[in-house]
Amino acid sequence: MLQDIQILNEKETRGGFGEGILEAGRRNPQVVALTADLAGSLKLNAFIKEFPDRFIQCGIAEANMIGVAAGLTIGGKIPYTTTFANFSTSRVYDQIRQSVAYSGKNVKICASHAGLTLGEDGATHQILEDIGMMKMLPGMTVIVPCDFNQTKAATIAIADYDGPVYLRFGRPKWPNFTAENQTFEIGKAQILAEGTDVTIIACGHMVWTSVEAAKALAAEGISVELINMHTIKPLDEAAVIKSLCKTGCVVTAEEHQINGGLGDSIANVASRNCPVPHEFVAVHDSFGESGTPMQLLQKYGLTKENVIAAAKRAIIRKKA
Amino acid sequence: MELQGLKDMASQVRRDIVRMVHGCQSGHPGGSLGCTDFLVALYCKVMKHNPSSFSMEGKNEDLFFLSNGHISPVFYSVLARSGYFPVKELASFRQLNARLQGHPTTHEGLPGVRIASGSLGQGLSVACGAALAKKMNGDNFTVFSLHGDGEMQEGQNWEAILFAAHHKIDNLIATVDVNGQQIDGATKTVMNIEPLKDKFLSFGWDVIEMDGNNMVAVVNTLENAKNNHLRKGKPVCILMKTEMGKGIDFMEGTHEWHGIAPNDAQLALALNQQKETLGDY
Repeated sequence: MLQDIQILNEKETRGGFGEGILEAGRRNPQVVALTADLAGSLKLNAFIKEFPDRFIQCGIAEANMIGVAAGLTIGGKIPYTTTFANFSTSRVYDQIRQSVAYSGKNVKICASHAGLTLGEDGATHQILEDIGMMKMLPGMTVIVPCDFNQTKAATIAIADYDGPVYLRFGRPKWPNFTAENQTFEIGKAQILAEGTDVTIIACGHMVWTSVEAAKALAAEGISVELINMHTIKPLDEAAVIKSLCKTGCVVTAEEHQINGGLGDSIANVASRNCPVPHEFVAVHDSFGESGTPMQLLQKYGLTKENVIAAAKRAIIRKKA
Repeated sequence: MELQGLKDMASQVRRDIVRMVHGCQSGHPGGSLGCTDFLVALYCKVMKHNPSSFSMEGKNEDLFFLSNGHISPVFYSVLARSGYFPVKELASFRQLNARLQGHPTTHEGLPGVRIASGSLGQGLSVACGAALAKKMNGDNFTVFSLHGDGEMQEGQNWEAILFAAHHKIDNLIATVDVNGQQIDGATKTVMNIEPLKDKFLSFGWDVIEMDGNNMVAVVNTLENAKNNHLRKGKPVCILMKTEMGKGIDFMEGTHEWHGIAPNDAQLALALNQQKETLGDY
């Protein structure tokens, strides 16, 4: 139930990654961690302390890190590569394409500081195209968990999945509201609330924003079906179709370009199965800039108010 | 395999290369012919490997990674004639639905291939990772890799060269095919990469030089590298001087045959120069 969703605390999703890889390392001796000079930012310190021989520092050389990870899988290792999302994807796209995806290697590409909420460092570091790039690669699984607890659970779960994974998370402290010690199921949409007037599908930080929007809409008598689509690929198409058939309109919300992201994936499913009015809360074909995370979310239209307005537009279009 | 056997194998592999490239009228014969002696020596003499029971992990065997994937004809021929897959499958090179793709891939499940290559400059990083995994697993076997000299222009190589020395990956022998040629001409005019020896030495590698088209020299150098240079705290580089197109006179010493196929008359000329020793596919 929507009203039961409450903030437990505020924590960085990357911190969930740090706890998750430590736990994954404890459960499976084949898990190894690589970084390109960002061990601290990716919260690897506890893993390094407990498993110093399973940590590989690659220096500021991301292309090599991806190749080394691919090679490690040949010896049965489960390598987690870690750096910022920009350097995890666009900088090394061909290395991922050939040495990891086309070669079918069991590499976990773990990417922090994704999106606008990286903040003051500005557009060079605020990648907003990564979901699109990664989901286009055949065989690549793309996961965008919504909070600390879910990032931890996803980090643990991907060790048990044999294949390449892109795991995207972020920098700032953010509301942590999903269950501690939850089981993460790759490819299974999380229905946070059932409703009948409009479906809101979100990923990453925008899930909490959508929770707040859904609560505000409920207060106005609008019934929202809220879906946390933590796995962009493989997409839980059945859950999307079922919800869109029921509500008849949809809003997607993501910290990503409108082109290539979650919204595109949902529109694809909808157009083939159940075309409905669709409103997009996303960055509209623009680079980011310096600012605080909250200033940037406001300027680029990724707030609770934006989600609420989008939901109302979708409902009006449905009724038209 | 003894010396005459290796020479006979090399002759047959050279026939396979020109026939494969002729068969589909595409592919890269020049570098393939230049590296034939090296790959024959490696697979038929130097490496300890298990062709009849290929496993991706390759535990307790030597591994080889081809980084300059465009010389797939020589790689496929040597793999087939070592027993990884039927020799007759060489006829499917670059054909639709074939396992023998234009550039090597794991995607079609061809035994003997452990990584896709073709987009240049990625193989040394992969070889470093595989060698590191062997160290972590307590597996005392060796990782070999092959790279083009033109390929050394790719920046990722230098990241990997730094990495291998820093992490003391001393179970790795990376060979560079120094044929001095690339698509647009001589390497020294396209983008000079010399002095390669000084570069590798300054990055902290052990460097050996070798004549790559003299079978005795290739076998002796590879065995010496494997037996006397490994596990001393440094990765090992072999700078292998070869002639592009070696063994087919009209293809030798020019970059013109980097990536084109012989016509029927040229094929006949070529096959006259390399004896059929083990039976054509």
